[in-house]
Amino acid sequence: MELKSKVPSGPLQEKWDRHRFEMKLVNPANKRKFSVLVVGSGLAGGSAAATLGELGYNVKCFCFQDSPRRAHSIAAQGGINAAKNYQNDGDSIWRLFYDTVKGGDFRAREANVYRLAQISVNIIDQCVAQGVPFAREYGGLLANRSFGGAQVSRTFYARGQTGQQLLLGCYQALERQVAAGTVRMHTRTEMLDLIVVDGVARGIVTRDMVTGAIETHLADAVILATGGYGNVFYLSTNAKGCNVTATWRAHRRGAAFGNPCYTQIHPTCIPVSGDHQSKLTLMSESLRNDGRVWVPKKQGDNRPPHAIPEDERDYYLERKYPSFGNLCPRDIASRAAKEVCDEGRGVGPNGLGVYLDFGSAIQRVGEAKIAERYGNLFQMYERITDENPYKVPMRIYPAVHYTMGGLWVDYNLMSTIPGLHVLGEANFSDHGANRLGASALMQGLADGYFVIPYTIGDYLAQAALPKLDESHPEVRATVAAVTERTAQLLAVKGKRTVDSFHRELGKLMWDNCGMARTAAGLRHNLQRIPELRAEFWQNVNVPGSGAELNQSLEKAGRVADFLEFAELMCLDALHREESCGGHFRTEHQTPDGEAQRDDANFTYVAAWEYQGPGKAPVLHKEPLAFENVKLSTRSYK
Amino acid sequence: MNLTLYVWRQPAGSPSGQLVKYDAPDISPDMSFLEMLDVTNERLIARGEQPIAFDHDCREGICGSCGMMINGVAHGPMKGTATCQLHMRSFKDGDTIYIEPWRARAFPVIKDLVVDRGALDRIVAAGGYISVSTGSAPDGNAIPVPKTDADAAMDAAACIGCGACVAACPNASAMLFTSAKVGHLKMLPQGQPERGRRVLAMEAQMEAEGFGGCTWHGECEEACPKEISIDWIVELYRDYIWATVVRREERAAEAAI
Repeated sequence: MELKSKVPSGPLQEKWDRHRFEMKLVNPANKRKFSVLVVGSGLAGGSAAATLGELGYNVKCFCFQDSPRRAHSIAAQGGINAAKNYQNDGDSIWRLFYDTVKGGDFRAREANVYRLAQISVNIIDQCVAQGVPFAREYGGLLANRSFGGAQVSRTFYARGQTGQQLLLGCYQALERQVAAGTVRMHTRTEMLDLIVVDGVARGIVTRDMVTGAIETHLADAVILATGGYGNVFYLSTNAKGCNVTATWRAHRRGAAFGNPCYTQIHPTCIPVSGDHQSKLTLMSESLRNDGRVWVPKKQGDNRPPHAIPEDERDYYLERKYPSFGNLCPRDIASRAAKEVCDEGRGVGPNGLGVYLDFGSAIQRVGEAKIAERYGNLFQMYERITDENPYKVPMRIYPAVHYTMGGLWVDYNLMSTIPGLHVLGEANFSDHGANRLGASALMQGLADGYFVIPYTIGDYLAQAALPKLDESHPEVRATVAAVTERTAQLLAVKGKRTVDSFHRELGKLMWDNCGMARTAAGLRHNLQRIPELRAEFWQNVNVPGSGAELNQSLEKAGRVADFLEFAELMCLDALHREESCGGHFRTEHQTPDGEAQRDDANFTYVAAWEYQGPGKAPVLHKEPLAFENVKLSTRSYK
Repeated sequence: MNLTLYVWRQPAGSPSGQLVKYDAPDISPDMSFLEMLDVTNERLIARGEQPIAFDHDCREGICGSCGMMINGVAHGPMKGTATCQLHMRSFKDGDTIYIEPWRARAFPVIKDLVVDRGALDRIVAAGGYISVSTGSAPDGNAIPVPKTDADAAMDAAACIGCGACVAACPNASAMLFTSAKVGHLKMLPQGQPERGRRVLAMEAQMEAEGFGGCTWHGECEEACPKEISIDWIVELYRDYIWATVVRREERAAEAAI
């Protein structure tokens, strides 16, 4: 396997323009002759499907939810970045590019990030034109706020529901194409395998989640926009249905997996309340604009927060990072919270929490202003915890939120399997080892609205694909493999539920491959995960049949894939003998406890190639060249 | 706490179902309603029974997947709350809880508490959008929108498409859902060119799907987890009448040419 990044030559600022000119075009009359499958209907998949439909391609779009509007992009709260510089506060495309590369701890590809920053401005225009109700000033112009890790106000938002509004804009564009007949929507349909013929991605095998029918969809190109794998931890802020199956199955068919160990732990989530916990709820980090994070200075101080006087509180982010304070990036804020809790200064029933206090902001601007900014978040917090954050400081704790790793893609967003393109959180490309706040929405929409519509045309114009039908031996073999695996899951009829395996895997991953990782812990996982996987296939209990709506069966297939994927994640974390961004190896830290990178040995993307069941995957390295940004130690002090 | 549940069980593909009684002991008040069902399902599977099928995904009250009638009330007793955000502290030890799917002709039951809400997507496909293809947008600040209009558009756009308004309505009308989308887009300058045809097309699709009409019960507003105001239905009617007249005039003008 050879990793060709296909980054165009020439100055950074001109690469994308030049590439757009050099790419081949598909004649408008020929576009309808090409078929494209889009798996996933979130910001990346939905925008890609809608845009390719508008261009005239013959598109099928798939989602496992009952409507494309429910994809998990909908839950993003805070906002979307764009280098508009509407606030005249010193922002520029270059600054957004620089911030993103630095925020990613210098582990992202420069050219991709620069393109993302360039496109960011078009995204806002497109969304406004679609009717996305962004927040506005009294003069009628768009409002901005500053957001986690940025010193300029470049974040556009729609109350605390930015992801919802962007997704609805995209969903409406998609439904418009459904009505126009260019896109066929397949809801409640889950991709279970990728069809690769002569080394080229030519289709997918799906399960109709209502009838149980295993179906084949063939096409000229396949796009995966299936999100991240945060649910490998069982507890995360991801929706319950988020899974690694599509990307993992593609990996097993030959797509390299890039940087699987890069996961983002979000600092502001509601702490776990008990063993019944099924998911964790994020509180947008926009709250850190006005909330101050603190814990008691004394260990084991269990007085209620209002009884702890000001001089006995440790506003530890403001103390340690005076120039960024409460707005320091996510990985740093998360680790700092873990540190104070490990010291025994955590708050709440189990000591795993820190305060996020709005007292001084309410004093400064009044309760009404705070309600206008964060009303729905405060309401959500009160629903879950039964505490009123206007009166009592919120309790927060870090939780798994986003995965920067994903299938390796080149500059054209194509994986190592020709014809298989990967967009949004599902690819590895733009965020390096840590993603900045409000950049996920930006990347998803950039990939779907403005990158793939060009690059897929270039691929299709040159692909010269032979005709293919369902009788092809590769197609039949893939369908047979899916059918057999489904039957196997149903046949075990053991004693343990799917959830109990998922919880056990999640705990292993959180304890040993979470916020801080050690070689010993990772080795323990690498020994324990195959054992758990073996037990799963001998002792899982999946009730019901495959010929109907069967939610246990759906979960079982996803957990089976997580049980394979988790091992790769730990392997990647073990091999990367440095700390960078969200990947913190305890062995590699500076004397004051900050992440210590090893640029001499690890300035590369780790792309893993599957070798078959039970065989060690092969590591390929894509060196990262920094020609425009000087590698430096990230400091937010 | 210990609860008694009566849950609607309807096998896949079957036209009918029934309420089945289950004991739900040792339920923590900190559990969400769906976590209570998770625990019940784990116990059912351990006993060799079929778990209860229900739709859910984000569990943060925003994706709109979940939704069930809880003691006859869409999304249960807490106002402005989707089922996933309802917590068991809203119930008392010893309570009996009846759990049923959304009931509407346009929402056929697939299995147990899972219904087919595809009709709502088709209402949006009929016209619930602004026709702007990617790439053709002017600068985001080219068209100022008064803050009050943008805020009102956001109020309407907050709809999560869960279908509670339909389930709560005695006529199983989707008028609150439809009016929220019509209202969101009519408040913005970008939505004006298609304002008339949008309301006519969406209303026609709503009728074609088998939803009932609005007779002003107001149950939809009470049930809505996002507290979308029934005033949007007034706004829809206003536009509907306007569009009907305008279209008649347009058709007459076309005929005259």
